[in-house]
Amino acid sequence: MPSSKTREVSISALLLAVTLVCVAAVLLITVYLMWAGLPAISEIGLGNFLLGKEWASTSSNPKFGILPFILTSVYGTFGAILIGVPIGIGAAVFLSKIAKGPVKRILTSAIDILAGIPSVIYGLIGMLTLVPGIRKLFGLPDGASLLAAIIVLAVMILPSIIKLSAVALDSVPKEYEEASLALGSTPMEAYLHVSIPAARSGIIASIVLGIGRAIGEAMAIMMVSGNVANMPSLFGSVRFLTTAIASEMSYSSGLQRQALFSIALVLFAFIMIVNALLHLILKKGKKHE
Amino acid sequence: MNRRQAAGICSRILVLASATIVIAILAFIICEVVGRGAGSLTWQLISTTPSYLNGTIGILPDIANTIYLLLFSLVLALPIGVISAIYLTEYAHPGKIESCIEFAIETLSGIPSIIYGLVGMLVFCQLFNFKTSLAAGACTLAIMNIPTVIRTVQESLKTVPQSYREGALALGSGKGHTIWTVVLPNAIDGIMSGCILSAGRVTSESAALLFTAGFAHSLVPLSEALSSPGASLSVALYVYAKEQGEFGVAFAIAIMLLIITFLINLAAMMIAKAKKKQI
Amino acid sequence: MKQEPIIRCRKLSLWYSKTQALKDITIDFYPNSVNALIGPSGCGKSTFIKTLNRLNDLISEVRTEGEVFYRNTEIRDPGLDVTDLRKEIGMVFQKPNPFPMSIYDNIAYGPRTHGIRNRSELDDIVENALKSAALWDETSDRLRKSAMGLSGGQQQRLCIARAIAVQPQVLLMDEPTSALDPISTAKIEELLSVLKEKFTIIIVTHNMQQAMRSSDTTSFFLLGELVESGNTEQVFSHPHDKRTEDYITGRFG
Ligand SMILES: Nc1ncnc2c1ncn2[C@@H]1O[C@H](COP(=O)(O)OP(=O)(O)O)[C@@H](O)[C@H]1O
Ligand SMILES: [Mg+2]
Repeated sequence: MPSSKTREVSISALLLAVTLVCVAAVLLITVYLMWAGLPAISEIGLGNFLLGKEWASTSSNPKFGILPFILTSVYGTFGAILIGVPIGIGAAVFLSKIAKGPVKRILTSAIDILAGIPSVIYGLIGMLTLVPGIRKLFGLPDGASLLAAIIVLAVMILPSIIKLSAVALDSVPKEYEEASLALGSTPMEAYLHVSIPAARSGIIASIVLGIGRAIGEAMAIMMVSGNVANMPSLFGSVRFLTTAIASEMSYSSGLQRQALFSIALVLFAFIMIVNALLHLILKKGKKHE
Repeated sequence: MNRRQAAGICSRILVLASATIVIAILAFIICEVVGRGAGSLTWQLISTTPSYLNGTIGILPDIANTIYLLLFSLVLALPIGVISAIYLTEYAHPGKIESCIEFAIETLSGIPSIIYGLVGMLVFCQLFNFKTSLAAGACTLAIMNIPTVIRTVQESLKTVPQSYREGALALGSGKGHTIWTVVLPNAIDGIMSGCILSAGRVTSESAALLFTAGFAHSLVPLSEALSSPGASLSVALYVYAKEQGEFGVAFAIAIMLLIITFLINLAAMMIAKAKKKQI
Repeated sequence: MKQEPIIRCRKLSLWYSKTQALKDITIDFYPNSVNALIGPSGCGKSTFIKTLNRLNDLISEVRTEGEVFYRNTEIRDPGLDVTDLRKEIGMVFQKPNPFPMSIYDNIAYGPRTHGIRNRSELDDIVENALKSAALWDETSDRLRKSAMGLSGGQQQRLCIARAIAVQPQVLLMDEPTSALDPISTAKIEELLSVLKEKFTIIIVTHNMQQAMRSSDTTSFFLLGELVESGNTEQVFSHPHDKRTEDYITGRFG
């Protein structure tokens, strides 16, 4: 029998090997996306690909410009943040500072459930209520639009914004608020002028997380955005980076298929930037504590 | 009324309104889904397979596929996730490899499911030659769920008192034996939460499954499930709503998914409560 | 006739990364004696006894110098099998730390860990350990109940029983009564005089009376140094060192 020491060392090595699955998965994803996505980019040309305004993958003279998708994703995410963040922070303040007892429990459960609802359900309801609603309200031929997608995305990112912001607000020391109250401010003023600034890094992190979610969402907006490769307009039918991949993948071939992988690569790059941002913010927030 | 009072009232209304909106959204979703789906949610729907001959739709295969995906992906993700969590909390010392691993876990949890779907298709369906199958779908879901399992189990391991470990080690128990006999049994709640959170993600996932597990609606026994393609409930919802315009069926599935979401939240809450009582 | 020491410590020094916590400790412990370690908190008593069963290994940045022998084994030897060492040198902690298992499983944990599976053998070990720790009468009818339901004093005696079930030669006790009420403390002190017939006991204590009442030798630590060590009666009645005298007369600490 080996000594317990060598046994422990080999156990540790074995566990490490299993733990490296995560690293391997990230490497695999990165390498495979590059391997699958770079050929089309080099064939089409980076400039034409990223800045081209026209996507006509199946025409006899195919065009592979993904600027419409990039802009749609950027606008869509921005719009969702614009709507989702104020509501999210407001609800977080309510949850963390005002709600008590059963109200707090109900709100917490509601947020958890919203976070767990499958995106296809958001898409389904958006498709059957939001889209016709927008059509009627604005007198459009079709309500499937960037606006519908923005609203769905805003709702979908709410739970994570509220949860993380509330955690950040919870961890603000009571003394800060008390100090503000002692200076004659109202509780609400103390929350707005003291608690929220003190919880800044956590709140910003929640927003960045929301951005990541919004950029990456596919199925829900696939169902409400009309899915035409136009340059984005609020009431027009649009296609996102994610939905561009999802909508053509199943029947694509050749350069078209490769170009879809290139889109995925671009999406991945966006996500990595957002992740890096999140990492930086959280690290900086930790240092401040 | 001065400006300060007005600002006070406005901000109060905004905060209250935000919280109300959240509750209203959930209420609206529940009403819509139940209102539009209840009529279609029949025993016939959930107990049969679709038949072109009779022109009827049944979602039994989709229910079965969801369960298969759940089982297979957990069988993969759970051991890997638990072992990784044990390594990271009990063995790892801060170092280059460890920060690499941390970075990888963070990255994995941020990658959108559509990308998992694509790479899953390239790696599992094509490279490993699983074809479009539940096996490929489950592998993809497993990778997606590993970070969740790791983090929840880690949380739980950290709450196991250090004095248990010291007590066992002082009796001459080896480190591995200590973890197996004293630490892990006290982290069961974390392992269970990990399972439940993963189950939630598996049932709600669709983008990662479209190109890996496909959207077949045929009922297969467990023994053949791995090699057959098949739609989960979420994927089926998407297909029925978007491709076939069968909104009644889609909403009926939505009711089932909502119920699952509720149950999962309930289970998570109960585990947290049990843990609190124990401490 | 003088016995061989069971633990022999020569010029032992210990650092937590940069800060030195033990300085040139030289001391012997003889079989079947109760040895008290006293000193103000932070002077390195816990650190010292944890070097004896290598529990300091849990802290990553610990470095030691000098020699520490258990019989003929160098405790500091990096190649030493620490599980064997800890089988010989058991430990009882300051805060009772029973595992969240049944009373029976707590006691059987050590023997099972070291390979004893036989049911009736385990039953005997459990009964004897509980009897030795004067806990048998209180627990014989509830062995299958959780140990967490015992009182603090009972839990600590359970931890003592758990340690002796492994049949160690040396028992380290780190302020075993500091978290307990006076009655439980008295029970454990009584135990010490019985236990020393089988074991060598090294006990850290904050309580001068306890050291005086129940120990054979007393060693006084201060700021990581061993100031004085000797026969308990002598240390308390005629301390050689002024600092020892100041401490035991309560002038500091
Ligand atoms: N894990 C540790 N890391 C760094 N320093 C430590 C650690 N444990 C103890 N020390 C330091 O070593 C000294 C001795 O501590 P300890 O042995 O616990 O004293 P005692 O048990 O006599 O109260 C103290 O100054 C303490 O701060
Ligand atoms: Mg101490």
